Amino acid sequence: MTQKMASVQWHSRYRNYAAELQCCRLEAIGLETGEYHPLKPITVTESKTKKVGRKGSTSSTSSSSSSSVLDPLSSVLDGTDPLSMFAATAEPLTTVANMDNGRKKREREEISAVGSDFEPWPSKRSAILARYTTTEKLSINLFMGSEKGKATSPVSAVSEKVRTRLEELDDLEEGSQKELLNLTQQDYINRIEELNQSLKDAWASDQKVKALKIVIQCSKLLSDTTVIQFYPSKFVLITDILDTFGKLVYERILTMCVDNRGSLPDNFNPDDASDTAKETCLNWFFKIASIRELIPRFYVEAAILKCNKFLSKTGISECLPRLTSMIRGIGDPLVAVYARTYLCRVGIEVAPHLKENLNKNFFDFLLTFKQIHGDMVQNQLVAQKVEIPLYLTLYSPAIDWILQCIAYRAPEVLLTEMMERCRKLGNNALLLNSVMSAFRAEFIAARSMEFIGMIKECDESGFPKHLLFRSLGINLALADPPENDRLQILNEAWKVITKLKSPQDYINCAEKWVEYTCRHFTKREVNTVLADVIKHMTPDRAFEEAYPQLQSIIGKVIDHFHDFSVLFSVEKFLPFLDMFQKESVRVEVCKCILEAFIKHQQELTKDPVILNALLHVCKTMHDSVNALTLEDEKRMLAGLINGFIRMVSFGRDFEQQLSFYVEARSMFCNLEPVLVQLIHSVNQLAMETRKVMKGNHSRKTAAFVRACVAFCFITIPSLTSIFSRLNLYLHSGQVALANQCLSQADAFFKAAVSLVPEVPKTISVDGKMRSSETFLLEFLSNLFSTLLIVPDHPEQGVLFLVRGLLNVIEDYTWEDNNDDKIRIYTSVLHLLSAMSQETFLYHVAKVDSNDSLYGGDSKFLTEINKLCETLIGQILDHLKTLGKDETLKRQSQLALSLFHSTLAHGDLRNNKLNQLAVNLWNLAQKHGFADTKTLVKTLEYIKKQSSQSEMQHFSELAQRLPLQSRT
Amino acid sequence: MGTSLDIKIKRANKVYHEGEILSGVVVVMSKDAIHHNGISLTMEGAVNLQLSAKSVGMFEAFYNSVKPIQIISNMVEMVKPGKLPTGKIEIPFEFPLLSKGNKVLYETYHGVFVNIQYTLRCDMRRPLLAKDLTKTCEFIVHSLPQKEKLTPSPVDFTVTPETLQNVKERATLPKFLIRGHLNSTSCIITQPLTGELLVESADVAVKSIELQLVRVETCGCAEGYARDATEIQNIQIAEGDVCRGLPIPIYMVFPRLFTCPTLQTTNFKIEFEVNVVVMLQDDHLITENFPLKLSRV
Repeated sequence: MTQKMASVQWHSRYRNYAAELQCCRLEAIGLETGEYHPLKPITVTESKTKKVGRKGSTSSTSSSSSSSVLDPLSSVLDGTDPLSMFAATAEPLTTVANMDNGRKKREREEISAVGSDFEPWPSKRSAILARYTTTEKLSINLFMGSEKGKATSPVSAVSEKVRTRLEELDDLEEGSQKELLNLTQQDYINRIEELNQSLKDAWASDQKVKALKIVIQCSKLLSDTTVIQFYPSKFVLITDILDTFGKLVYERILTMCVDNRGSLPDNFNPDDASDTAKETCLNWFFKIASIRELIPRFYVEAAILKCNKFLSKTGISECLPRLTSMIRGIGDPLVAVYARTYLCRVGIEVAPHLKENLNKNFFDFLLTFKQIHGDMVQNQLVAQKVEIPLYLTLYSPAIDWILQCIAYRAPEVLLTEMMERCRKLGNNALLLNSVMSAFRAEFIAARSMEFIGMIKECDESGFPKHLLFRSLGINLALADPPENDRLQILNEAWKVITKLKSPQDYINCAEKWVEYTCRHFTKREVNTVLADVIKHMTPDRAFEEAYPQLQSIIGKVIDHFHDFSVLFSVEKFLPFLDMFQKESVRVEVCKCILEAFIKHQQELTKDPVILNALLHVCKTMHDSVNALTLEDEKRMLAGLINGFIRMVSFGRDFEQQLSFYVEARSMFCNLEPVLVQLIHSVNQLAMETRKVMKGNHSRKTAAFVRACVAFCFITIPSLTSIFSRLNLYLHSGQVALANQCLSQADAFFKAAVSLVPEVPKTISVDGKMRSSETFLLEFLSNLFSTLLIVPDHPEQGVLFLVRGLLNVIEDYTWEDNNDDKIRIYTSVLHLLSAMSQETFLYHVAKVDSNDSLYGGDSKFLTEINKLCETLIGQILDHLKTLGKDETLKRQSQLALSLFHSTLAHGDLRNNKLNQLAVNLWNLAQKHGFADTKTLVKTLEYIKKQSSQSEMQHFSELAQRLPLQSRT
Repeated sequence: MGTSLDIKIKRANKVYHEGEILSGVVVVMSKDAIHHNGISLTMEGAVNLQLSAKSVGMFEAFYNSVKPIQIISNMVEMVKPGKLPTGKIEIPFEFPLLSKGNKVLYETYHGVFVNIQYTLRCDMRRPLLAKDLTKTCEFIVHSLPQKEKLTPSPVDFTVTPETLQNVKERATLPKFLIRGHLNSTSCIITQPLTGELLVESADVAVKSIELQLVRVETCGCAEGYARDATEIQNIQIAEGDVCRGLPIPIYMVFPRLFTCPTLQTTNFKIEFEVNVVVMLQDDHLITENFPLKLSRV
């Protein structure tokens, strides 16, 4: 080994790049889109391959020109590969398994006859809970058994003391009266939830009577209308319990049937039910029929309505009308209307085909409508200090639901009839509102003028008018009114809306109408509407309370105006944005606007209106970034701003474009990705200029390009990511070079070189710490290939940059356990070989590289060779250190790689070099770590090369290279 | 308890009629083999009469002599004395439900002063040291459909302050007009009582409207009798101030066991009445009474 350590003089091989290229081309073989594919079944008979003809004109890239044929991979596969075939066969299996389910589901749907277009109760449920709240104290009074004495006083006075079992049902626990007072709303909800749980527990522990008692006590709470504003929510909570109960009873009885004979189909016949099941079912109904109080009796029976299916086919259809008329006995109109709601709810779930009952409920409600304004109600409201308009809104969820059930897939005639009926009642605002929320939007929209007329006639003191207009607005957002009425509708409606005093009422109403305005009118009307909103919301900073609505308004406007020049020419749009004064909301809105812009803007733009507005928007977003902003948030903001920057183009006005970038840089200095984007954009601008000038810069363009370069040069240092900086330096240097800004390019490269020592050992990639060396290796290789064409600075020494970089590499602390440094040295060897050619492999137009500067000057070559010598020395030293057992494999690989380099770049006619190659060859094989296949291929290559005239010495070399057979 | 005794009647609802055969099984469960001195099954039916506390003083002598009236009694020896093996043993049985002589199988009725009850009792007599085991089980007898045709007898009624009897100060009564009707006062026991009630006008708000089902039981014979009316159940049909002029349904299901077809015998009578009770906000009570005739068809 030691003799190899003697310094080896490097002699670069002469390369005729043109000839080599030519030679390679001749060898080029067209890509065969083979018929063979490992995954393809052999039985394919149809051959769909077309051989691509060889193309002599282009080199290896020709393979890609075979695009006339289908993508080879996909064409070969063609969906018949085993994997997809398996997937295809697997599907039937799952469908078989799912079929049962699917069928059941279908059946269920047929039975229920209520499609997905029916807004189900659960979605209403949460809305009601959110809307009807109270801060007043509530109470739960369970067990009213003690009241029995006075309730039954008249005749029972005849004989007392005997209490039948039936009457005991009223007690929850013998003799205990639980009255929970002073509950907050949340406490109340928790209590009810507890009751729900204890119901389930009681049921699970087979205490059916206790379960029934709980349910009775709970439904009793529904007759209590103290804290009336909470009543709708109370209804929701308690009917949850009833639903649970109904389900428990039904399932219990169902299992009784199952015990006997398999499982019952969903749509079973009463005859299929076992006697025990029927008896149990009857027992429940008898028990419930003996509940003393009307309201619990009604609710509990309604809850187990479905169980009628076990008794007779017509059970449900007989029960519903009876329960409907039973509600007539409920005196309090609010309690009654919610009872109707529950009945409709259960009815439509259990027997959706029974529609008459729904109608009857509604008509009954209309008959009792006058009660709402009766003395009883008035007294109650006075006592509770509740205003009439608020009271009336308590009815809305109930009437909405009933009407929704009625209107579902109902014929037009019925809807018209319902409307007429509502109309006949005086002060029908409440009904009108429910009609609007429950009926089909198309139906309402077609009669918009009529509705406006009706709304106007309504009594001022009753149901809040703004709610009516709001409902109408919602309908008009969904369906279009007749063409001719549109403007008039808007005028009429807005006339009323604009007069609303309370900003909250106003904005709730206006929010819904913006959609309609945007859909059917031009920016002029939208502008007016926005102006009106601003006018209403600005006094007393009312907008602070209405951000969600304002946001939704902006969202709707953006949805409808895809042309941003029109959007921003809506005068009041930006003033409208100014109302978003809370930063988080403002940023949200800005994001929406930019997202819409990026999504909808088709062409690049230089419209000053758009630019100004969007710059303002972007600036807002950017300014929201602070030390606490999350990385994700930053990335998102930067992405949006970048999207905007990319959409800006001033066409041929490059200077304007540059000044835009300069402005953008000053605005978005805190978002690194934006700066990176700007540097790329400016580089692109420089290259565009070059393209326009066809490579010949005039004085003016040269100056401009230098300005671009300067922009990059001063922007890059402000970045923190070291690899962004390195790559941008390199990239910008290349751009500068392409634009003949030699000294600037030099500066870029120098900056890059001096930055290399700062590269940290590890960098964070996707949140994980990774070694930076692979990135560094990649960058350095890239940099070196660029350095080939960078001409030497006249005032600096020969190969100043290469030397500088080599020094940096030498000083850099590399990791011990790999050979990255040596790999770089090897690539530098390649570079130096390329540099010693008479003409370089590639050039940049209009830049004289070292080949023409030195013209193959011998001094220059000596200089190169000296460098090479040092490098080889270093490499060999390193090889020597790898002589230990555990590193022998690396040694072998490295030796072979150096051998390849010598073979490719070295002039092996030189004896010493030749000897070095042979030694390397032997070293590679010495410890049996070499890959024989590679060795054989290498030998073949050498032999093949030797056939060429100037490579004859290779044949001799080949003989000197023994191939050790592996043991 | 190592050993358990149970009676299972074949019909789930345990309802039988005269002339039918009451069948079922006696189930004996035991972990060990058991010795016994015979298992017998007794079927009994009786009317129990009781006098109310009010009447006791007056009829004490008589009361003491009121004995249960036996309607039916039957006993069979199911298993001869011996030994039963381990496990679950089902012993089937059948009783023909036939009345003897001129006795009638009255319908099962659970009342206050009159009770008509039918039971099955299974006794397992056991040798010394072990207690005898007994299990009783009630079954229900429905009387046979009545022969005579049931004619509906609807009743209309109107209640105003003027129609009321038993009023102390008629002047203080608020004005009201309540009208209504019952579809029939002779009712089929399996069908609900139905009708309508309409509050035409009332100066004072209505608090509640209730239907009170009352049993009227009479015990006694030639020497004298005691007649007592007690409430069976109270069903509220209106709560709160109901809408004027809107008919409210009257609807009441007759509870099982606690009602039976109206019965008149030499020793006792069972009759039913319904009270329509309207309570006003100022605690005025207006009651309208209707005797009912229940029957089974």
